[in-house]
Amino acid sequence: MTGGARGVGGAQAQLQRLLSLVPYVLSRPGVAVDQVAEEFGVSAAQVLRDLNVLWFCGLPGLLPGDLIEVDMDAAQGGRVHVTNAEAIARPLRLQVDEALALLVALRALAEVPGLEDRDALGRAIAKLERAAGDAATGGLPVAVEVPPRAQAGTTAAVRKALATGCRLHIAYYVPHRDETTERDVDPMRLLLDGQGGYLEGWCRRAEGVRLFRLDRITSIEVLDIAADVPAEARSRDMADELFTPSPDDMLVTLELAASARWVTETYPLETVEELPDGRLLVRLRTADSRWLVRLALRLGAEARVLDPLEVAQQVEITARAALAAYDLADSPVAG
Amino acid sequence: MTVAARRTERLLNLVICLLSTRRYLTKEEIRRSVEGYSEGQEAFERAFERDKEELRELGIPLEIGSNDPLFDDEAGYRIRRDAYELPPISLAPDEMAVVGLAARFWQQASLAEASSRALLKLKAQHPGEAAAEDLLGIEPRLVRDEPGFEDLWKAVQDRRAVEFDYRTRSGTQSRRHLEPWGMVAWHGRWYTIGHDRDRDDVRVFRVGRITSEIDAIGPSGAVAVPPDVDLRAIVHSFEDGAPVGTAQVRVAAGTGGGLRRQAVGEPAADPIHDGWVVLEVPFRDVGALVDDVVGYGPNAVVVGPPEARQAARDRLVGAIGDGEASA
Repeated sequence: MTGGARGVGGAQAQLQRLLSLVPYVLSRPGVAVDQVAEEFGVSAAQVLRDLNVLWFCGLPGLLPGDLIEVDMDAAQGGRVHVTNAEAIARPLRLQVDEALALLVALRALAEVPGLEDRDALGRAIAKLERAAGDAATGGLPVAVEVPPRAQAGTTAAVRKALATGCRLHIAYYVPHRDETTERDVDPMRLLLDGQGGYLEGWCRRAEGVRLFRLDRITSIEVLDIAADVPAEARSRDMADELFTPSPDDMLVTLELAASARWVTETYPLETVEELPDGRLLVRLRTADSRWLVRLALRLGAEARVLDPLEVAQQVEITARAALAAYDLADSPVAG
Repeated sequence: MTVAARRTERLLNLVICLLSTRRYLTKEEIRRSVEGYSEGQEAFERAFERDKEELRELGIPLEIGSNDPLFDDEAGYRIRRDAYELPPISLAPDEMAVVGLAARFWQQASLAEASSRALLKLKAQHPGEAAAEDLLGIEPRLVRDEPGFEDLWKAVQDRRAVEFDYRTRSGTQSRRHLEPWGMVAWHGRWYTIGHDRDRDDVRVFRVGRITSEIDAIGPSGAVAVPPDVDLRAIVHSFEDGAPVGTAQVRVAAGTGGGLRRQAVGEPAADPIHDGWVVLEVPFRDVGALVDDVVGYGPNAVVVGPPEARQAARDRLVGAIGDGEASA
């Protein structure tokens, strides 16, 4: 069973909204039309249309005393006053899909290391489970697993900096350069994702918005300096992939064996072309050829860099140098 | 007023009417009490059937019964207030704040809408504003939106079997028939777990590797989920494994940062190569170990065990290649 209404904007959707909107405005006499519109995700004009429908509703008989009273003059002036609506003063109970959506999310959040609202999360979960009744008994059929990779201390420090508006000093490890650098970052957001999460912030070393994987922050300190995020700093649009390659980045063409198809699931690609025997021709963009060399070494015989030629040569040179290191001398530990 | 608005009005009057009655109301009584039903009998019947269906779809508990069980009189309708209303929940401001965060959790449209509806119902009971400052700037994106998720989510809720085309990691494609027990998001990706009718056994499918539409097959309620099934444990058993061994990896001074972070114990100075250290790196399979080592090029060398050392060499030879990609 799902609680969603058919046909957005239709009568059923409007009824569903009104059954929550009436209790919402009854508990907030004089609430602004704009606030109601924002909360319910509709336009202010739609709120007025909703109120207009309400005005003609009430107990059977529809005598003046039985009707819901809506102050339409106040509503035109931007304020909502509804009275005489006791019959629907309380919201409809939570549906199975509604309770599930919130409970699965709350349980996942309760596992995030460093979210120190664990106590509030636990209490909210218990109360919602009680309210949801049958909808939430037994094990939930859906679970979101939170990877333990990010250090709780790192997450907690980022949260503290966000809450207090302070600058962070971090040491950050970059795998494809195999180096750790120190920098000051003015935090903008904490992005929790399935891989452990990111700090988004204004990097004072790069003078730009950067994402830092929490599990690659090797040390972190909240400074006693106010964060100063420039007005031009823009957050990434979270509807997109976390990493949107820039059109200025180098375009690389790779031929992949069928067994390397996971690459298409892992990195944003410009184009994918199916070749015979399940092989693939893919094009992707990268800002740093070292990242690509690393990927090509990892793929071994499963991939071939076709273009640019310099990158293909770089892969070969690095692989030959690595093999030479194997030929050099065997350490006694090898037995 | 538009036609849709007039229908909303009738539906809302019907809800109020049925909520306000203790006794069951017959169709005729409803027709007389609720404004907006047609004069013609057949049109009324049709409209009333449709209204009932729409109320049920929203989860409004419409009860059918008879006022006098001793007499076989006409069935009537009512909505029991205690079955309709959200029981009083008193959420403290910090609890309300985390519920608000939970409502921002989903990227999947159906879940995002379901959680916003739930949040609005809870807010309707809580006139105060949540203490949200502390949660500002937190963006939970623990799961990504994958095509196929919504269909599976519906099948799981309906306990209905599904079929789809599936491509394994190695690229083999086949039609699969699954009785889905549930779903788990792991490392940001969705998996569905259930009884695979073709294999007659438990299987885990990565939703992102489904290559066709997902078609429901058979009736709703037909999937029996075994009691006490641990979905997460099943996903782990299929997709992950405990470390099977420890490799010795030699890394050059100031390099191999990722390997140093994975290593257990203190790095030991390499007895032959000046400045290098030997790390003890746990691994779950040789392939994954080689994945991690070869990216460092000449700065990291697998010393042992011998099969891991050989696998790393083979991988590097493969990367030099003969000018053609092969599986």
